[in-house]
Amino acid sequence: MASILITRTTLVWLLLVGATIFSWEIGHGVAIHHLRFASITIIVIALIKVRCVIFEFMEIRSAPLFMRIVAQAWLLVIGTVLVTLYWKGV
Amino acid sequence: MDALVQRRMPGEEGIWIFIFGDMLVFSLFFAIFLYYRGQNVQLFAASQSQLNQGYGALNTFFMLTSSWFVATALQAARRNRGKLAPICFMLAILCCVCFGVVKVLEYGEKIRIGITLTTNDFYMYYYMFTGIHFLHALIGSGVLAYLARISWAGDCDAKTLRNLESGGSFWHLVDLLWIVLFALFYLVK
Repeated sequence: MASILITRTTLVWLLLVGATIFSWEIGHGVAIHHLRFASITIIVIALIKVRCVIFEFMEIRSAPLFMRIVAQAWLLVIGTVLVTLYWKGV
Repeated sequence: MDALVQRRMPGEEGIWIFIFGDMLVFSLFFAIFLYYRGQNVQLFAASQSQLNQGYGALNTFFMLTSSWFVATALQAARRNRGKLAPICFMLAILCCVCFGVVKVLEYGEKIRIGITLTTNDFYMYYYMFTGIHFLHALIGSGVLAYLARISWAGDCDAKTLRNLESGGSFWHLVDLLWIVLFALFYLVK
């Protein structure tokens, strides 16, 4: 049973839950008081979580190179677009 | 180390085309939301403050946990661990049901106090985007039920494993879209 639960997947899940709690705290003014930077941190953490889901849970980590490149490129583009739109909008 | 890992595409090619297309559509949704938020920050901030962030966080937990069950199920199926794979798929469905119950409660609370799709721009996007996501989750629960069924007998062959990978990847898509929706709608100030 232990070998089923103590896995890389479980560690990733714990990190994802931890990152969610951290984001929640930042969203409530903990750690970063500046609203703009707090929000950008929340967006960046969300995309890091998304990257974990894609590379670990979806197993893109061991997928062919082009799939990894597409995933990384998408993360980079969507990250830049979202942070820029947020920054311009405030 | 990298060379030791055998590189292969999980699941079917078709599912990845669908997943990528869906991610592009949602990318557009995310960008539209932040663009129009920028046009009327005060309205969006005031509307966001009416959302129950606890519901959003709880649903994030259900989504992440369901994804964890699905990933664990796949590993169990590959290692032929008896009923563990279908049980994990069923636990993932349970998480999905919890997600649905919270979502219905949340929509219900808003509608009861008169907040609907036509209230303002924020709520139009909120109902539209989270609604389309909810539809994904409903379809996903059907997919998970199918995965539980085909993995029930155990001793999965290569074709069944590919189907489990394809269906599982769709479920992870539902999870990752929610991660961004939660950040943008509930947390970003």
